[in-house]
Order: sequence, then C-alpha cells, then structure tokens
Amino acid sequence: MKTGAKILVESLQREGVEIIFGYPGGVVLPIYDELYDSSLRHILVRHEQAAAHAADGYARASGRVGVCLATSGPGACNLVTGIATAYMDSVPIVALTGQVPTNLLGNDAFQESDITGITMPITKHNYLVKDTADLGRIVKEAFYIAGTGRPGPVLIDIPKDVCTKVIKEPLVPEKVTLRGYNPTYRGHRRQIEKALQLIAAAERPVIYAGGGVILSNASVELVDFATQLGIPIATTLMGLGCIPGDHPLNLGMLGMHGTEYANFAITESDVLFSIGVRFDDRVTGKTDTFAPHAKIIHIDIDPAEIGKNKRVDVPVVGDVKAVLQDMLSMLKKNGLTDAWLKKIKHWKQHHPLTCPDDGRLHPQFVVRQMSELLGGDAIIVSEVGQNQMWTAQHYCFKNPRTWLTSGGLGTMGYGLPAAMGAHFARPDLPVFDVAGDGSIQMNIQEFGTISHNKIPVKIAILNNRFLGMVRQWQELFYDRRYSFTELPPVEFVKIANAYGIEGVKVESPDDVMPALRAALDCDGPFVMDFRIEREENVFPMVPAGAAINEMIGGHPR
Amino acid sequence: MKPHTLSILVENRAGVLSRVTGLFSRRGFNIESLAVGPCEEPGMSRITIVVIGDDEKIEQVMKQLNKLIDIIKVSDLTENERVERELALIKVTAEQGTSRAEIMQIASIFRAQIVDVGAKSLILQVIGDTEKIDAMEKLLRQYGVKEFVRTGTIGILRGSKTVTSSK
Repeated sequence: MKTGAKILVESLQREGVEIIFGYPGGVVLPIYDELYDSSLRHILVRHEQAAAHAADGYARASGRVGVCLATSGPGACNLVTGIATAYMDSVPIVALTGQVPTNLLGNDAFQESDITGITMPITKHNYLVKDTADLGRIVKEAFYIAGTGRPGPVLIDIPKDVCTKVIKEPLVPEKVTLRGYNPTYRGHRRQIEKALQLIAAAERPVIYAGGGVILSNASVELVDFATQLGIPIATTLMGLGCIPGDHPLNLGMLGMHGTEYANFAITESDVLFSIGVRFDDRVTGKTDTFAPHAKIIHIDIDPAEIGKNKRVDVPVVGDVKAVLQDMLSMLKKNGLTDAWLKKIKHWKQHHPLTCPDDGRLHPQFVVRQMSELLGGDAIIVSEVGQNQMWTAQHYCFKNPRTWLTSGGLGTMGYGLPAAMGAHFARPDLPVFDVAGDGSIQMNIQEFGTISHNKIPVKIAILNNRFLGMVRQWQELFYDRRYSFTELPPVEFVKIANAYGIEGVKVESPDDVMPALRAALDCDGPFVMDFRIEREENVFPMVPAGAAINEMIGGHPR
Repeated sequence: MKPHTLSILVENRAGVLSRVTGLFSRRGFNIESLAVGPCEEPGMSRITIVVIGDDEKIEQVMKQLNKLIDIIKVSDLTENERVERELALIKVTAEQGTSRAEIMQIASIFRAQIVDVGAKSLILQVIGDTEKIDAMEKLLRQYGVKEFVRTGTIGILRGSKTVTSSK
C-alpha cells in the first residue's frame, strides 16, 4: 500500500529523473514530504517561472526530459511563461502542479486555478489526475509524450487528495500505447529519392538547418552530408552549434540578424534543403522573396510544419537523424558546387560580421573574447534582445546543445534560470549566461538560488542602461523617440554581493579578458557587469517584412 | 472558401471537446456547426465539425488536430461522396384557421413531422441537409418562428469507406 505522493516520486525515479526544480506550497505538501527523504535531488528556486526555465535548460543541455514542480493557483500560473517558452522551442519538460482536492475542484477554492485549461494551448498534452490509480500510468505517458516525436512540455495537475490517498499500486505496462499518437520517424523512401535527385542536380544548393537538427542529435549526419556534397549550411538561431562555427561550409545564422552571406546565399540558391526548421517570420522576412529561385525540400517530424508558412516542393516527414542516415546511405557524389562555394567565399570575405575597434567597450568584443577564452567548451545561455543576437552572431559555437536561448517565445528572464538547469545537465562544462541589464532583472531573484546551491553560473551582463533591442527599433523606425526604454543605472555587483556572489564591474576593453578569466577561475557563481556602448545596434538587420537580402547596417554590395 | 465537414474520432475523455474547439478559435476559425456523440468503437467519440475556409487553411487545421494526443483520426468528408444530415425543431406561431393548415402543408412537402400541437403554436421536426432546413425555416418565417433549434451536421461516407481507427 502506497500514497499517491510516493507513487509519484517512485514513478519519476523509474523515468530516470535525477533532479527537479520546484517551489513548495499548500497542496503539494504531501509531495514535498515524500521528497524530504528521497534520493531525488530538488533545487529550491525563488520563483516558479525559474523552475520551468531551469527544467528547460536542463533538457536542452542534456537531451533528457526536465522536471519542475509547483503548487496550485499562483505557483502553477507562474510556470506558464516557462512552459510556453519550452513549447515554442520544442523542449521536453514535465511540469507537475498541485491542485486543490477533487471535491473542491471547480469551486473557486483557495489557490485554485484551472491550470490544465490555461496550459492547453502551450503544452503538447496535459493531464488532470482524478484517481490515484492512474498516477503511475500518467507519469509514464507524460515522459513518453514529452520526449518522443516533436518534443514538448507536458503538464500533470495532481489534486491533493490524489497524493494522500493510500492504494495498492497498480502495475504500469512497460510500453506506452496511445491510439492517437504515433510519430513518424522513418522518411518515405520515394520522397527521399526525390530530394536526393534535386540536390544532385543543384548548382547553388544551401542547407537551412534549425533546432530540429539539435533535438534529433543529427549534427554529425548533417555535417557529413554537407561535406560530402559541398553544400554550405545556414543555421537558424535554434540551430546554432549543429555545425562548428569555424567550419568552411558554415554560413552562420540567417534571417533578421543573420550574416549577409547567409542571406545572400539563401536568396540566390536553386535548391534549399530545409532541415528541422519552421520558416519563422524572423528567418524568412517577406515569405514571397525568401529563396525565390529555389526548389524547397523540407524534412520535419511534425507534418503540420510542412507547407505552414511557405510552399514546399519535396516534403519528407520523419526524424531528421533517421532521414539523413537514409540519405547518406543512398548518396551519389556531385561536383557542381565549386563555382558556388567560390562565390560564397567571396561574400564571406567582403561581408564579414564586424566589431568596432575604437578603444571603447563594445558588446561584440565582449562576446568575441568570451568565445576566444572558452573555445566552444562551454554552455552559453542568453537572455532575449540585443544580448542574444550579439552572442548568436559573434560567439563561435563548436557543438550542439551548447547554446540555449528562447528563440520562439523570446522570453526575457530565460537565461539565468536556464543556465542553472544547464549546470546540472553538464556539470563538466562552464556555463555562461549572456544577459542585458533589462532581462537580468526579470529573474534576478535567482541570484538567491545560485548562491544558496553554489551553482557556478557565470553571468555576463551587457549593461547599456537601455532595453536595447526596443531602443534600436525606436531609433531606426520611431524617429529616436525612446519611449520607456531607458533604465536607471544599477550596480549589479552590489546586488550580487548582497546575495553572497562575487562580481566585477568592467568599463574598458582591456579589462574584459581578466574579468572573464576571473569568472572562469571562480569556483562559484560570478557576475560581470560590462558597461558597454549605450547605443550600439545589432547589425546587419532585415527590417520586419522586407526581403532578407535587403539588409541595413551591412557592407555596400 | 467553402464549408468542409470534418469527421473527428477522439478518445472519450474529459476536456477533449475543449482541446478541439480551442484549437479552432486559436487559429481564427469559426465553427459553423458541431455535433458530438459516442460511436461504434468503445471508449471513443465522434465529433463532426463544419468549418468554412480555403483548402490550405483546412489542411493546416487538420494537421494541427492530428497533433492532439486524444485525437485518433481526422477526415475531411467534403472530398468524398457522403450523406449529411441535421435535425431541426421549429416552433411556429399557428393560430387556428388557415395559417395552421398552410404550415401543415409545408411540413408535408418537407416530410417534416409535427411533434407538438399547442393552442397557438406547432412544433415541427425536420431532418435533412443544411440547405433543406434553411429553406424550410425561410418558408415558415412568414407565420412567425418563435424558436428554432438545430443539431449540428453529422455525416457519413457513402459506400463501404469508413472513418474508423483502423487504417
């Protein structure tokens, strides 16, 4: 005979869960009591949003399912932004929430909220457990759904009495079978043949690779394929790391703040091989002029992504890794791309990303120094805005799952808690959070968590005393009317010190590397407050709704 | 833009209907009609939804529906030969005299049944496709339609083709 809470904790352990991020409260008391002497590690965050982001960071860095736990009502509602962030970027997390007892459900009881209703559009699936006997099966299904197919968050809402009830635990079948859920992994052979024929005949092919490559652990296959055929790779924000940044075939990021050469190559391509991407508006700009001369091939495990935003010539529904492996086994060499690669090399030489060298402290320089110091052997997490784009542009990623950022939802405040999660996924690697002074203040209370648990996250704040990306748009498109984007100065080192965290303020380029070294050498968390040029912009830039080869702030063509 | 009749086989579980309807409203679709009930397979229900949209949008909605874990199968009946029916109950003002006779005549033309006779009103029950019911309601309007209640459209494929969980 066992309580529901015990069944829950044991079910989590059976799924291989080693750590959960959470915050206690009234209706989860039975679960917390069970955790008290459990071997499951629990990290107490300072706000439930951080628990969801930490579970997300853990999942992205490890490839496993992350877990967070919150109480009913406000606790559950505080998870919502984190769940939506994970949903938009297809990150597998299981969110556990407490709920008022079943006899009070729907009565507007204290701390009651309809969290399954609230999270319906931002979860892959969710459950309200009404019977303790269902708990074990539901946990098993939730992990299966979160981690397979196109991954995503699953929420389990557990009323208090479901946790306290004592029952004889029913056997849970080894294998999950769901009549309505059967993801397609292997691509259709005829479609793969068609795709290979198109690629073989291409003179100006480009691979457009996204987060799906990372999620499917297919970076090796991708680079192998591209190298064998001599096809350059442009990656989305979510795809960074799927090919080493210094690989000759790497074009860097495409889209709104992509490299000029990536956007030129896409625009002139005759075959666009799209892999694990969703033709997001930040990537395509005006969709009609995106890859206007290209036949488009699209691999994705989610059939709903195919043809959603852009018409596709050869769709292949399947897991990116499985499809690429099949393609590699059927590959015939072609030698048509030499002239094309030469042209791309020319673009790369004449349109590089730039970093001003005028003795002042520029954010691009900070990121480049970080890249030089870490050499790709670190996990880089970002907040959202200019800090995110400068990092995406100027950091040389070497490996998949070393770049964690909120791409789809664009959640400010994601970085610090996600970095905490990433540390527990990869304790062997240093974890750096690149932040802005705006976004760090969205979850700055997590200084408490990293200090309390000695989580050695290094926080690089690119401090320009502006909500920089919005200010940039106001400068460019709203006649420099800086409406509510200027922030008063904050001494972040003092805040860090108050939490017992070391830190340093940096005001000159010469002090950047020593500060980064001090952070890396410090055993615990460390805060760097970089006082950067206040009105630095992220360039190049495609204005919203323009064609991606119409970039501002680039080089004359 | 034309009406599409979607036949959706779902797990018979709490919340399934709101998952389905929530998806429609999120993607900006108006549901023209909706009918839900148990079906031939135990533990499953069938939802029939009529929705207006161009083919690409309907395809996207069907793909999104297919992503819901509790949805077992989605078919667009509109692509095939099918039988579609709905049922309506119409309460018509019918004073003693000529109008009552006329209403009963209309009812017989439409093969509607009179299911309730009151002192000042009649209730008609009519079964047919959407056009037939629309046409009848229009004809009755001159007498005074006090209340008009209709089920959503349900549909089934002609011949041996089926929308069931087996492929």
